[in-house]
Amino acid sequence: MRDFLEKMMLIDRRWIYLAIGLAVIIPAIKSFHVPVAVSPEVRKVYDFVDDAKPGEYIFLCFDYNPSTMAEMNPMAYAILNQAFNKDLKVILVTLDQFGAGMVEEIATRVAANHKKVLGEDYCFLGYRPYPAIVILAMGIDFRVPFPADYYGTPLDSMSVMQGIKNFYDVKGVIEITGGSTADFWIIYGNGRYDFPLALGLTGVMSADYYQYLQSGQIFGIIPGVKGAAEYETIVIFPGEGMARMPYQVIAHIVILLFIIISNVAYFASRKKKGKLGGGV
Amino acid sequence: MTTGQLILNGIAAFLTLCIFSFLYKDNPFYKFAERLVAGVATGYWTMLLYHTNFTDKVIEPIFINGQYHYIIPAVLGIMMWTRFSRKWSWISRYPIAFYIGIGSGVSITVYLYTYLFKQLQATISTPLTLDLAGLNALIIVIAVLSALIYFFFSSAHKGIFNVASRFGIYVIMIGFGAGFGLTVMGRVALLVQRIIFLRDYIVALFGG
Repeated sequence: MRDFLEKMMLIDRRWIYLAIGLAVIIPAIKSFHVPVAVSPEVRKVYDFVDDAKPGEYIFLCFDYNPSTMAEMNPMAYAILNQAFNKDLKVILVTLDQFGAGMVEEIATRVAANHKKVLGEDYCFLGYRPYPAIVILAMGIDFRVPFPADYYGTPLDSMSVMQGIKNFYDVKGVIEITGGSTADFWIIYGNGRYDFPLALGLTGVMSADYYQYLQSGQIFGIIPGVKGAAEYETIVIFPGEGMARMPYQVIAHIVILLFIIISNVAYFASRKKKGKLGGGV
Repeated sequence: MTTGQLILNGIAAFLTLCIFSFLYKDNPFYKFAERLVAGVATGYWTMLLYHTNFTDKVIEPIFINGQYHYIIPAVLGIMMWTRFSRKWSWISRYPIAFYIGIGSGVSITVYLYTYLFKQLQATISTPLTLDLAGLNALIIVIAVLSALIYFFFSSAHKGIFNVASRFGIYVIMIGFGAGFGLTVMGRVALLVQRIIFLRDYIVALFGG
């Protein structure tokens, strides 16, 4: 047994990759249902959108690119579906240089499903570089950084933008990001203009932003694909988040098994070294 | 799926496998895919910046709309390029000074407000009541102080200072653990998305 554990300590990492790769193929062949418990920080985002009255404005910022779309797309679809279901007016923007094409695809697809019209029910401002400057400028007037939308239509000529000047005219901002723009929104958005802000984040980032939830600088967090699955559970929109939970469960079980085996092997080898008079 | 989509998705599937091949070992297929991504991204971003910055902020305002005050930032931008000349690089200090001055003026107060005052307030503002919220507030205060003491090296870590420091390292480890768990979830999500893509492509190609 001890020999086996010692061998596990020296296992080639490629076997671990193979094990995880094979494990996530299982749900691809035969999927199963994973019950998802909704956390308070995700429910707060849902409640915020749900409490909005039809015709109220919500500002959605999708600041991510293809490298993180696996985690971000499910929550973007879920929130936009909920907003259109509630007949809210939506202003979309991206501050990620590779985000514009993806946001356009999401907006077009979801708007078509809900029969929403560009320029009347929603608008997509497009992309501008330098997030901090763009956020500060939008706090003055959306027309400063974006005189026209993504398609070149002047904002003043769009019915959806009539009487809408800056962040004070929208119910709040939901930022879905896979990068550092979350910091810009907290510092230059909430910090400077004090509007309600919620974040949808990648799993990697999430732990770093919970302190802003406790301080009230943000009112909700959707953490990674688990958060997206929770959101889909509340809005009853079975999307990619829910579909990926079985894969997550299997992969996590495999990783936990490796962690347990390696720890047992580590302590067993340490004990053996101790008996032989070796160092700790 | 149309033939065109099938071909495009086939290229995407091939590139996905090229990137995955690195898990076995570095190889020419991985290098090809990696450099292709870097090249496409650089080309895309360069043109995007040209259209969203240079065309919008220099060419159109100055040469088409006659907004000549845009010449000032344009000249400051050009002055930045003198960095490439040893003889003239001193000129670039002026736009850099301008840039840093504006950046500091805009950022210092909001950074202090966001990262220091609001966080400090949140740490100590919850009343220490005899319920779960009070217990949570107490844990936060003790955990923050202990973690800070761990990084305080101006005094020897002995006695109560040592106890707090040791507790601090556990607090930090719990933080790292939460971060690691969420990182695993994120990385698995990326893998899963590619696996689903490959599965769907195989099904589209051979039927299923």
